[in-house]
Parts: sequence; C-alpha cells; structure tokens
Amino acid sequence: MERVIALAGNPNVGKSTLFNRLTGLRQHTGNWTGKTVAAAEGRCGDYRLVDLPGTYSLLPHSEEEQVARDYLLRGEAEAVVVVCDACCLERNLNLVLQCRELCQRVLVCVNLLDEAERRGIRVDCTALSLGLGLPVVGITAREKGSRERFLAALDALWDAPAPPRRSPPYGQALETALRHMLCLAEGESLPARWLCLRLLAGERLPASETLRRAAEAERLDLGLTPAAVEDLLSAALSREAARLTALSVTGEERAYGARDARLDRIFTGKTWAFPMMLLLLLGICYLSIRGANLPSAWLSRGFARLEELLRRGFAALNAPIWLEGLLLDGAYQSLAAVVSVMLPPMAIFFPLFTLLEDAGFLPRVAYNLDRPFQRCRACGKQSLCMLMGLGCNAVGVTGCRIIDSRRERLLAILTNSITPCNGRFPLLIALLAMFFAPAGSALVPAALLSLILTGSVLATFAATALLSKTILRGEPSPFVLELPPYRRPQVGRVLLRSLLDRSLFVLGLLRLAALLDAPGRFFGLDGAILLAFLLGLPANETVLPILLMLYRASGGLGDASGLGEIHGLLLQNGWTGVTALCAVIFTVLHWPCSTTLLTVKKETGSWKWTALAALVPTMMGLILCAAVFSLTCQLR
Amino acid sequence: MTLEKLRPGQAGTVLALRLEGPLRRRLRDLGLVEGARLRCLGRSPLGDPSAYLICGAAIALRRTDCRRIEVEVEPWNAS
Repeated sequence: MERVIALAGNPNVGKSTLFNRLTGLRQHTGNWTGKTVAAAEGRCGDYRLVDLPGTYSLLPHSEEEQVARDYLLRGEAEAVVVVCDACCLERNLNLVLQCRELCQRVLVCVNLLDEAERRGIRVDCTALSLGLGLPVVGITAREKGSRERFLAALDALWDAPAPPRRSPPYGQALETALRHMLCLAEGESLPARWLCLRLLAGERLPASETLRRAAEAERLDLGLTPAAVEDLLSAALSREAARLTALSVTGEERAYGARDARLDRIFTGKTWAFPMMLLLLLGICYLSIRGANLPSAWLSRGFARLEELLRRGFAALNAPIWLEGLLLDGAYQSLAAVVSVMLPPMAIFFPLFTLLEDAGFLPRVAYNLDRPFQRCRACGKQSLCMLMGLGCNAVGVTGCRIIDSRRERLLAILTNSITPCNGRFPLLIALLAMFFAPAGSALVPAALLSLILTGSVLATFAATALLSKTILRGEPSPFVLELPPYRRPQVGRVLLRSLLDRSLFVLGLLRLAALLDAPGRFFGLDGAILLAFLLGLPANETVLPILLMLYRASGGLGDASGLGEIHGLLLQNGWTGVTALCAVIFTVLHWPCSTTLLTVKKETGSWKWTALAALVPTMMGLILCAAVFSLTCQLR
Repeated sequence: MTLEKLRPGQAGTVLALRLEGPLRRRLRDLGLVEGARLRCLGRSPLGDPSAYLICGAAIALRRTDCRRIEVEVEPWNAS
C-alpha cells in the first residue's frame, strides 16, 4: 500500500537534496532561501514523498507557507518528516513543535550533522527524541548510509499506533480557555486543539459558529487582543525550543564560525566585496570563453566528418541536388556552426555558476546589492532573481516569488529579461569575439562580457527606479534575508541543461526582412537582424542560426562551420563594428522569449503587465541603439 | 537603544519588538523574540543592510527595520 509522506523544513536545510536522494529525481537544489516554490512529488519504495516549500513556521504569511500549511491541513499525508539543520537546531525546532501540534505522525530528521560536527556542534538525537516525544533520526544528506537509516526510521513510524498530538505548555490562563473551548470542538474536521488555538489567535478558519463565538468570548475574558494571544503562543514555542536545545545541543554558539567570518570579510567587506564580485564575474566569463575553444574545435571537426558521411549517403541514394542543398548546405551547416559555437560556452558557464550557488555565495550578492535596490524602492532579493535570469529568464520570473511584496515582485518580474539569459550568452560571446577582440584572445571578450553584464545590472536599476517612480509607486517593504553558511560545493552534482532542444526551422521570409530593413537601419541594425530577433521569440538560442540562414538564403556564399566563417558571412552582408555593437545592445535589451512572457502572464495573471515586461526592455534597447548609431554617424 | 546602533562584533539582548504585521511574525519565526540574544556580524559594503547572528543563523536586516527593535547591549566579554 502506498503511503503519502510530506517533507517539511526551514528553507535551505538540505531538504531538496534529501528528496532527490530518496526519489532519484533531479529537482534542482541551491544554497539559498526559497528555492522550492511549489510542492514537488516523487516515489521512494512504498512511499510517495511530497516536498513542501521551505517554511519557518506554519503561521501563513507568505505564499510558500500557505502552500505548506494548506497541504498539511488537508491531511493527505499520513506522516510528516520535518528536516532540520543541525547547525541552527533551535530555530528549526520552532517548526517541529508546530508540526507536532498539527500532525499525528511526525519524524524529526536532523540533517547536516557532518557540517555541524565540523563546526564543533554536537546534537544528541536520543536526548532530543526523549524531550520531544518524537522519533529523531540524524543524517548527513550527502552521504550514502543516511538513506537507509532514514528509511528505517520512516518504516518504524508504523510500528506503534499514532501518538496523540502534543503542545508545549502555554500557561494557565490560555490552557483554561482551551479546555473550555475543547468541549465545543467535537466533530470539527480540523485537529481540535490546534483549531482552538488558531481561533483564539484570531485566525479565520472553517469552524462551527458556536466554536468561533466561544473563542471570542474566551479572548475577551482573558482581556487579550488576537495579536497578544499570538505573541503568547510564539513565546511559548520559543521557550520550549530553547529548553530542548539546552537538553540536546552543545556548542551551538559556534554555528557562525571563524571561517564564515573570514570569508564574509572578503565577500561582503567594504574593500573587497565589489572587486571580488567583478573578479568572479570576469573569471566565469573567461573560463566560459577560453574553455570553450577546444571543445568548439572538436565539435566543428566532428560535424565536418559527419557531413562527409551524409554527402556520401545522399550520393548513394541518388537524392536530388536541391534536397541535398536544402538539407545539407542550409539546415545542417547552420546547425553545425551554431552548435559548435554555442554549446561549449553554455556547457561551461552553467557548472561554474552552480558551484558558486552551492557554496552559498549568491545570497551575499543580494546582501551587497540591497542598498541600490532600496534606493529604487525595490527588494534586494531581486538580485537573486536576476542571477536566476542569467540561466533562464522564465526561471528568473518564477523565482520572483521569493519576494513577498506584490509591488516589489512586479518590479523584479518586469525587469528580469534585461539580464541576458544563457540563450543570448553565446550570441554575445560570438559577436564580441568576432568584432571587438583580437583573434584568439579570450580575456578581451571575457572582460567585455563582464562589462556588458555590469551594464545590464545598471540598466536593471534604471528600469526599476523608473517603474517605481511611475506606475509601481509605493513604500519599500521590510527586508529579511538569510545568509546561509558557506558550504563546500559538490563538484559531482552539477547540472548540464539540455541545450538547443528546439529544432531549428528554415523560413523563407526574406521579403519580410526587406520590409524591416529601413526601420532596422535607423537603429544601426538591418532587416535581417530585426527579423531574426522577431523569429527568435520562441527561443533566443535561434537568433544566430536564423540570421545566418537569412543571409545565406539571400545569396551569401560560404560554408560557415566556425567563428571565422560566420564573421566572414556577416562582413559580406555589410556588418561593421557599429552594427555589432547595436546587435550586442539589442541582444541584451529586447523582448523576452515567448516562454518568459507566458511565465510573466502566469505569475502576474494579467496581459497588461506582460505587455509591459516586453515593452520596457525593448524601448530601452531601441533608444540606446538609435543613440549609439546616430552618435557614431556624427563622429564620422 | 535600537538594533541599528549595535556595532559589528557587539552582542545584545532583545527587549521589545515595536513592529506590527508580517515583519513581526517573520522575525519571531526566525527566533527574534523578547529575551533572545543576538550579535552584529557586520555591515554590507554599502553600509546597509547589516547582518545579525540570530539563533545560529546569519540574517540580514535593513536599518529602517532595525530602528523598531529595542535591544540592550551586553558587556564586551560576551561572545
């Protein structure tokens, strides 16, 4: 028989890593708060595991907490596993205590024991289990034997009948009020004691009219406001958590150790924070470009060899010349050129980025950059959304859910596509390498790419400030950001995304390109470039191949199988340094891809905001391109 | 005094949260309750926000929000 188990826990306690290990799923995990925004499901033996979003508490004040609590209230899960971080157990116990109050079968899973031990923190799981009255299993999410230990503890939950739900002592006054209410709470669908507590704290929940009246009367008797009751409840939970921590943990004051302090002095200190961020950015760009040269050459050679084979095959089949021309000279060669130029930098950039994420560096970026966002009346977590956008803007837009305030979330959503995503990266690198760098140099394009990324950050600030001064006016909301401990990243668990999964398509739309030529030239581009961006709406990865196909179909010769050949083809079609610069600007600042737009629609629920998300970057790009073009014309 | 006056390295005890609504609850969930001890870990390179060690975790808070948290500084020898 299948049993449903819910996984709950504070954000960033290794819950998703554990979930992946148990289910074999590859849900992406990151070392920052709020990575899991919706519940994920997976199978593990006889169990169906539901990974709830990370929550600090079951009192819902954010979307994730609402999701987590609603799920637990529905009672679908037969047991709840609360995953805790051994390094800050006291805070994690707050959630454990709330789950113990709401659910019957609870397993406490103390994770990251190895991490804690390295810091000199010891957790006595037996003492904790006795104190809590719940089973406790200690694991290290990254080691092998943990899985078996965890599953054994899970199986053992069913050896005994479900224990009664337990609460910490709330003090005589509240307990008396509770006793009075409990007599009236029979037949309610929600757990009685928990429901009475929540009603006393003034929360609106489905309950009988009698019970609700009773709650109000009891509160009046006590002479307390709902907020005051809430304070009493949370104080009792904190006291209990502190008591249990004293019972079972030693050395907890070492949670934030000397090593973290040292690293924070470098990565968030006054002198080094910004140089370090720029240096890391430059390093990533350099390695992506430099490291890509070799695999690029291999791929290029491989494709050439395959082409030979294909040609022989066509000859053997007596295929008509036009078919060979269309398939091999048109589609295949463009595909080969683009794959060999674009795939390697993407495949290198991503693992590097994942390493930084794993290490706990990304929230530090949000910490360092909060001040300017505060000036723009936005939330510093927006920089996390931008970093996600660097991978994929659609992911970045979804990631904006980590921002609680609706206004600040909209600001982050509308400006996300200003951060160039991985689909636009290789195009940028190719353009920079072809037009603005000495042949063979990797450092110059890397420096230029870092410059462009820095520029896109500034453009994001500008757009955010503009929006929050015009259509999204409002007060900045409070900002609470957790800075996770630095962790040694796991080189093995590094993601390679499937790239270029969308097939390329040949389109004879040259007439449209001619039509777009005049407006294109005004912005320093040409018709084909504009058309390539328009047709690239489904996926930014396709802009370069479409452009090459358009040029080739309009009579350009050459077989483009590498960067040099692409360069030649572009020069033949009248490209200059200015065209390339404008193309670079337009690559960063134009409409988001269709997936991102659909995500914006889903997240905001409105076409108006979606249109604005396309309009803001496009207008910025067009204005900048026109300015650059007219400026260079005048200079000449 | 209020939390934003706590200098990097100084430790303190929370006396009162003069806050309402979601932020109050969020901070309480993070362990920032009356009587809790915290330590200022440092400021971000642009001076705001600052990081505080609360319940074993580093939490960044903005100066405007810290102004509403009443603390008492502990003598130097406290960790």
